[in-house]
Parts: sequence; C-alpha cells; structure tokens
Amino acid sequence: MIIELGHYALVLALAAALLLSVLPVVGARRGDLALMQTAVSGTYALFGLVLLAFGVLAYAYVVSDFSLLIAYQNSHSLMPAVYRFSAVWGNHEGSMMLWLLILTLFSALVALFGTNLPDRLKANVLGVQAWISTAFILFILVTSNPFIRLNPAPAEGQDLNPVLQDPGLAIHPPLLYLGYVGFSVCFSFAIAALIDGRIDAAWARWVRPWTLAAWTFLTAGIAMGSYWAYYELGWGGWWFWDPVENASFMPWLAGTALLHSALVMEKRDALKIWTVLLAILTFSLSLLGTFLVRSGVLTSVHAFATDPSRGIFILAILTIFIGGALTLFMLRAPGLKAGGLFQPISREGALVLNNLILTVSTATVLIGTLYPLLLETLTGDKISVGPPFFNLTFGLLMIPLILAVPFGPMMAWKRGDLLGALQRLYAAAGLAFLAGLALYYFENGGPVLSVLGLAAGFFLIFGALADLVYRAGFGKQTTGIAFRRLKGLPRSAFGTALAHLGLGVTVLGIVAVTTFQSEMVAEMKPGQTVEAGGFALTFDGLKSAKGPNYTEDRGHFTIRRGGVAQGDVWSSKRLYTARRMPTTEAGIRSFGLSQLYVSLGDPMADGGMVVRIWWKPWILCIWGGALVMMVGGFISLSDRRLRVGAPNRKLKAATSPAQGLEAAE
Amino acid sequence: MRGFLATMFGVWLAFAGPALAVNPDEMLKDPALEARARHLSAQLRCMVCQNQSIDDSNAELARDLRVLVRERIVKGDSDDDVMRYLVSRYGDFVLLKPRLTPETVILWTAPGALLLIGAGAAFAYTRRRKSLAGSEPLSPEEEVRLKRLLEE
Repeated sequence: MIIELGHYALVLALAAALLLSVLPVVGARRGDLALMQTAVSGTYALFGLVLLAFGVLAYAYVVSDFSLLIAYQNSHSLMPAVYRFSAVWGNHEGSMMLWLLILTLFSALVALFGTNLPDRLKANVLGVQAWISTAFILFILVTSNPFIRLNPAPAEGQDLNPVLQDPGLAIHPPLLYLGYVGFSVCFSFAIAALIDGRIDAAWARWVRPWTLAAWTFLTAGIAMGSYWAYYELGWGGWWFWDPVENASFMPWLAGTALLHSALVMEKRDALKIWTVLLAILTFSLSLLGTFLVRSGVLTSVHAFATDPSRGIFILAILTIFIGGALTLFMLRAPGLKAGGLFQPISREGALVLNNLILTVSTATVLIGTLYPLLLETLTGDKISVGPPFFNLTFGLLMIPLILAVPFGPMMAWKRGDLLGALQRLYAAAGLAFLAGLALYYFENGGPVLSVLGLAAGFFLIFGALADLVYRAGFGKQTTGIAFRRLKGLPRSAFGTALAHLGLGVTVLGIVAVTTFQSEMVAEMKPGQTVEAGGFALTFDGLKSAKGPNYTEDRGHFTIRRGGVAQGDVWSSKRLYTARRMPTTEAGIRSFGLSQLYVSLGDPMADGGMVVRIWWKPWILCIWGGALVMMVGGFISLSDRRLRVGAPNRKLKAATSPAQGLEAAE
Repeated sequence: MRGFLATMFGVWLAFAGPALAVNPDEMLKDPALEARARHLSAQLRCMVCQNQSIDDSNAELARDLRVLVRERIVKGDSDDDVMRYLVSRYGDFVLLKPRLTPETVILWTAPGALLLIGAGAAFAYTRRRKSLAGSEPLSPEEEVRLKRLLEE
C-alpha cells in the first residue's frame, strides 16, 4: 500500500512537472504575473512529491520489504542499516530517482533563494527546470519504474553487489549528483536568458553561486569516488580514465571553465555569449554522462545498467535538450550585445587562456571516450583508447595551464602587467624549484625530470600564497597593517587562493606517487618477512572471521622500519554469502601523507599466500588537494558578493573592511 | 532480469574478485626484463575485461597474455616487436594507446588542432574588438561635449 502511494506520488509529480513546464513560461511571455507566480509553489509541490516517492523507496529498503522488485534484487535483511538505505541508489532505477530528487531539490532552492530574481527570469528558469524534471520522470516511469512489485514477496533479498556495500556508496553518488545536476540550474538560467533575449552582468551574478556550489560538490564527488576505487578495488589505482569516470570529469572541466568565464562576465561584462554557451555545454556533458553510464553503450566497470531501450530514451532526451538549447543559442546569440574590452595581457586574457585549455581538455576527453564507439559504428573496426592515450594528451595540455594559474590572479583587469607578475612570482618559482629538488632528494628515486613536475605543484601552492601576500601588502606595509589588510580581503580572494593551492597539492600528490611508488609481489608463508618501500613486513598468518553477511580470511602483518615496530595492518579476502562473491579488502596504513597498501592474492598449494604490497608516497595529497579546493569553493560561496540578495557592488565597496582600513590610515 | 544479473555478475568478475594481477610464478628472474614486461603490460588491454590492462586484470586471458609478453621478451624481441606481434594476433583492440593510422588521425590531431583553432579565434576576437573600438568615430553629441570640455 505504501509503495503504491510512492508510485502515485511520482505520477502526480509528472502532472505537476507538466503544468510547471507550461504555465510560468506562458505567463512570462504574456506578462501575466499570476501565471508566473505559479512557478514557486509548483516547484515546491514537485519537490515534495518526488521526496515522498523517494522516501517510500527508502522505507521499503530499510524495512526490507522484498515485495518491491528492486529491493529484492539489491538488498538483504542482514545488511547493516546504512547500507540498506544507500542500496536505494545502488541500482539503475534507484539512482535515477536520486538524480530526480536532487534535480527537484535544486529547483526548490532556486525558488527559495531567488526572491530577488526578476519575475520573468525566475518564471522561465523554473519552467526550464520543470522541462528537465518532466523528461526524467517520464524516463523513470516508462523505462525504469522502481515501484514494480513481486507477488508473492520473496522471504529474502538477493543482496547488494558486495563492492557497493561500503560507506562510499552512501556518500559518493549523492555528492556526484549534487554536482552533476547542480549545473542544470546554470543551464536553465542560460535558456531563460536566451528566451528573454537579454543578458547582463546581473545574470552572471545570479549564475555564479550555483556554478560554484555545483562545482564544489562535483569536486568532492569525484575525489570521493577516486578514493573509494583506490581502497576497494584492491590494486591501488586511483584514476583509470574509465568512461564512467570521464563522464563525471568532463562536466567538472567544463564547469571549472564556466566558473572562470562567469567571473569575467560579472566583473567586466565581457565573454557573455561564450559564458552562455559554456553553461549549456556543461549541463549537456552532465546529461551525456548520464547517458553514457545508463545506456550501456560504453561497457565499463561501473555501468550496472545495460539496456538499449533506456539508451534510446535518454538519447532522445539528449537530442531534444542539447539540440534544442544549441538551436536556441544560434538563433539568439547574435542578438546579444558584446561587452567590455580588454588587452590580451590582462586578467580577462588569462581567464580566456584558462577557458581555452580547459575546453580543449574537455574535448580531448570527450573525443577519446567516444572515438572507439564512433569508429566501430562507422567502420566496424575496434580500437581501444585507454590511460596511456589520456595521460599523454591530457597531461600535455595541463602543463601550460598549471604554469599559467598563478599568473591569473596577479593580473589587473583590462590591461595587465606580465613583467610585474613575473617579478612577483619570481620568489615563488625559485622556492618551488628548490622544494621540488628537496623532495626528489628526500624520496630518492625516479626520473630526474619529475623534479619539474614536483616543482610545478609547489609553484601552484606558493603562487597562490604569493597572491595573498601581495594583496595584503606584506613587505610594503608594516606587518601589523598587512595582517589587518589580509583579514579584510574578500572571502572570494581566499577561496581563489585555496582552490589554486588545492590544485597544487593534488598535482604534487599525482607526480610524487607516480614517480616514487614502489611495488612488491611475493609469495609469503606465515612468519616470513619481506622488504617493501623501506619497510619490513612480517606475515603473521590468516585468521577466519565472520561479518553480518560475509565470511572473511584476515591476514595480519607486522610493520617494522629499521627494526623498530611501526604498527600492524590487516588485509582480508571476503566472501559474501548471499551472492557467493569474493572481494579483497586491502589493508592500508598511513604514514603521514604516504600509505602502505597491502592486498592479499591467491593461496598457493604449499600453504603460502600471494601478497602484494605497494608503497604510495604522498598519495593522500591527491584527495587532500581536492578537499582544499572544496573548502575554497565553500569559502567563496560564503562571500557577501555571491550571497543571493547581497547589496550591489557600490555599497559593498564603501563598506569593505579593507577599504575602510585604508581610509582610516 | 536474468540477463541483468548475468551482466552484473560479469561486471563483478571483471573488476572485483581477488583483483591481483601478476603472480610471482609468472615473473621473470631478470629485474630489467621484468620491468619491461610490466611497462608493456600496462599498455595492453585485457580484451575480455572492461577497461583493464592485462597488468591489472586477474582474468585467465590476461594471465596468458602476460606470459606471452614475457616469452617474447625472453626470446629477445624489442618492445616494438612484442607490440607488433600482439597486434598481429589480436588486432588494434589490444592497444590501450592506439597507433597513428588513417583511422585514428582525428583522435590524435584533435587536441592540437582544437587548441590552435581556439587560440586563433580568441586572438581574432580581441583584435577585431580592438579595431572596432578604435575606429568608431565620435557621435555629434560627443563632438560637442569634447569641444566644450576643451574650451573650458
């Protein structure tokens, strides 16, 4: 009965979304305020209905109601409660429901925070959001209905894929979808602006916080997914250039470009047309990512749904939304007036370079991901495009970007001073090179060229700090004044610095672990000791243990360095009883930012075990850097200027603490 | 339904299980040759798996290919020889980094070409905007204002 209630709520949601797709947009065209205002209450109702439908699904999973088909297929009453809950989106139907829930959540947030949006813009934005909602509710109801029931109800479920029985499943998809789907708001703003034929700096001010929020969540989601793959898959890799990873990485790259071009548009009223196009492209890539994952056209390790009928439906959604948006763009863009002028060497110029490289990188990943598919369709020839291709092409594109990042914030708007910026970054570059050299000596190994890679990471870090130092006026003012000025800097300045610094930390981690990691494969019997990564690991033997829905063999290892005990680590092999599936649970022990990674292999005939040990130096920097980027995003988001309803720039300038201080001096 | 489960099971086998690749019994005694074998293995696709190199995969086929690569290396093949041999047996699909052929020209040249086109467009844009701004004559009202300002 409760399940039918959820089903019914979803059908009602479809009706609400349909109404919402039409009424506010018609109202905006006719200038009918009453019709336009239906958007807000309608959006809340839509969100409420979808939330109800989702809540019903979650309830069925948590109480293990196996009369629900997808709960039977993907849950088990013995699973811990948190996994019974996160199992809701551990399958195709449920994950689409999560997608929809987050989409309508974002619509509701626009309705909630958009009180100062012009009525027409708000009506159009919420209308476009409703178009997307309609498409996805239809998709769910027609091809992926999660409310199908079984009669009689089975007594026990078939268990969730053991790899997904992990806290990662509870965190990774919601974060990823908050990012992915968050870009729908930028898309809707772009379409609304094109429908209206009007776009100005205020538009960019409304779009930027949404871009920033979506970007921050997507950063977190991708980093979390990478760490999850690292510890769960058991071979110590953290990025595979897998099509599904690429599907989330492309919107991130395009979203990063959007974040920066929206800045130019907001401050200087330039790059308008480009920003609108980028907003459309970013969400298009999110949709494309959904298509790639859901349709099964690209079979990859993550694609748990493969069904071509769904693929065709999503392809239709893609064609209508992306094709329609681009057609509208072509019709309307020539009418948009281009704004502010700038010299090539300027803050704007630097941001154009950022956009150029990020867009080409996005295109490279896109082409590399789709090329095998297209080639096979056209000629029947099968080729593979894998990590060696992406590492080479993407890596080459990233070098100029990384080197240029510290220069951007140092440039003035309109006309910048490259020589001045060079002088300011001289010290940062020198220090970065020394730090790279020092780290290389300290870690002792790997190709000499990697010093440059390490230095590039340090250059990003020191460059970001140098920007703050110069803005505060350290060296020019007394230290006391400089510190006061530092405190008075707008939060977005700290956000920028942290985001760039975080990128540096990630680059450092990537270069360091690629260069310095070492691997040891050995056949070990209990009591035996091997050397790996400067440590001595003693295998103490296997112990059997039992979990709620699995049995496991746990191997115990004692770690010593130079004869001194450094703790121990457990590494296990599990067998999930319901599905009779084995998994490896790697044993990971952190030493500072580095990790020792121990994975158990097959037992040998003579009683030994194959054991694989990796030393992963500085690896935590990869995700730590993403964490810093995220913090930067949130700090920027809390800046007054970006807060919706914040006073206009003139008011802000007068009350800005930094300026007040200068005046008081 | 059963197809779905079977697929899931396939996906499962491909990426979980004891996800360990090179076993000690496959490894070559000579560390230099073994390093070469590992380097090559990372560039070869396990064709029954999904996006895994034979170095990462624990599938039977991946094991066979790893052993094959090592056999060729021991026989004195150069890295290129090994790759050519594998392509002749399994086709281009086995290479994770596609060779430059007429079919992959677009793939390999696209990043550079796009970068050039984009840079050209951005450059043309700033040049055109600049010349537009510079060549625009003053409007009559502006002329009047300018005159008045100069007189003041």
